[in-house]
Amino acid sequence: MTIPEFTAVVAIVAFVAGLLGALTGLGGGVVLVPLLTIFFHVDIRYAIGASLVSVIATSSGAAASYVKEGFSNIRIGMFLEIATTFGALLGAFLATRIPTSALAIIFGAVLLYSAYLSRKPRPPAQRSLPPDPLATRLRLNGSFPDLEGERSYNVQHVPAGFSLMFGAGALSGLLGIGSGAVKVLAMDQAMQIPFKVSTTTSNFMIGVTAAASAGVYLSRGYVDPGLSMPVMLGVLAGSLLGSRILVKAETKSLRLVFSLVILVLGLQMLYNGFWGNI
Amino acid sequence: MGDDLMPGAPAPAPQPSPPRQQAWDDHRIEVILGDLLRSGVVLAAAVVLWGACIYLSRHAHEPADYRVFRGEPSDFRTISGVIQSVISGRGRGLIQLGLLLLIATPIARVAFSIVGFALERDRMYVVFTLIVLAILLYSLLGSGIGV
Repeated sequence: MTIPEFTAVVAIVAFVAGLLGALTGLGGGVVLVPLLTIFFHVDIRYAIGASLVSVIATSSGAAASYVKEGFSNIRIGMFLEIATTFGALLGAFLATRIPTSALAIIFGAVLLYSAYLSRKPRPPAQRSLPPDPLATRLRLNGSFPDLEGERSYNVQHVPAGFSLMFGAGALSGLLGIGSGAVKVLAMDQAMQIPFKVSTTTSNFMIGVTAAASAGVYLSRGYVDPGLSMPVMLGVLAGSLLGSRILVKAETKSLRLVFSLVILVLGLQMLYNGFWGNI
Repeated sequence: MGDDLMPGAPAPAPQPSPPRQQAWDDHRIEVILGDLLRSGVVLAAAVVLWGACIYLSRHAHEPADYRVFRGEPSDFRTISGVIQSVISGRGRGLIQLGLLLLIATPIARVAFSIVGFALERDRMYVVFTLIVLAILLYSLLGSGIGV
């Protein structure tokens, strides 16, 4: 393929990934790295660098529309970013030291876990939990607009959530993804933050987390302009369109298809990692 | 209250809740930051697109090959190298400049949050935000990209 052909095909794939990622809420970056490595035979390090850049673009591009809904909690975000940025820095340094086959295997495991998590029904939100002393001291509790007016919530299990977010940041730095799956685990399940608040807050955090590892990737030569350009522009356009049509779209069957794609890509990454093809 | 539930009774008008000063301030800061982030992304995407036009027109017939990892030349790995290649009119230098602008958007958000928390006199969160900013700057400058 010549450079213009390659650029066009990668841009289309990135556009579709960004669109599906926004429509299903699973994020586009998580499928991009396997697609680039498996079908375009891109070295996983270049793929990770390009994906990381697209993660920042999606997060910053969607921030304005998320903010106006009034769901995100800037204090939860900033407090947990201490954990995710530390983790991302560690992850990025690890990524430059461990073999690429190990990266592929970890990536495969994360994909399988994401596919599993996306099929699991969400537990019903607990209405009223007692305030946690640590969360109160950190001023993490908040409220958000609901059908019946303002609904307040009390954040739980702060240390567990903080540690999990460190892990989420490390995975993000290691694999160049937003690691939404771990963030859901930390914020929805451990800290009992309402779903809408955790998704919009984590969108904010994803960009900051990715920026923490971007410097390391850039200085190590992982960010190739020729590859990152179509990936960033494609994912950005796709995710912006996706968040526009989200309201009208029937996402249930789409989610099923997308999680199957993630499952297949996860198995493929594990296979390639174990057989040394990456 | 029970009267409101009788059939045919008009629905109770929603009581406007008293504005909570702190939440409102938080929200206003976030709206400003959200717009800031979006303009940053639009600017970054425009620069990347501009660089893409130059890059694609100059390399129209070369094969694309990313199979083997070579690492980028120092022109594309450091801020000074990127600026140097932009000045000499290289498309990939411009793309890399756009990507640098993109990486700067979340960092700018963190920096502006410090101002927001300071205006609210929230000392604890000024400190938290400074920690995050320090990590981000360490990653950008400590990893050799600033050279």
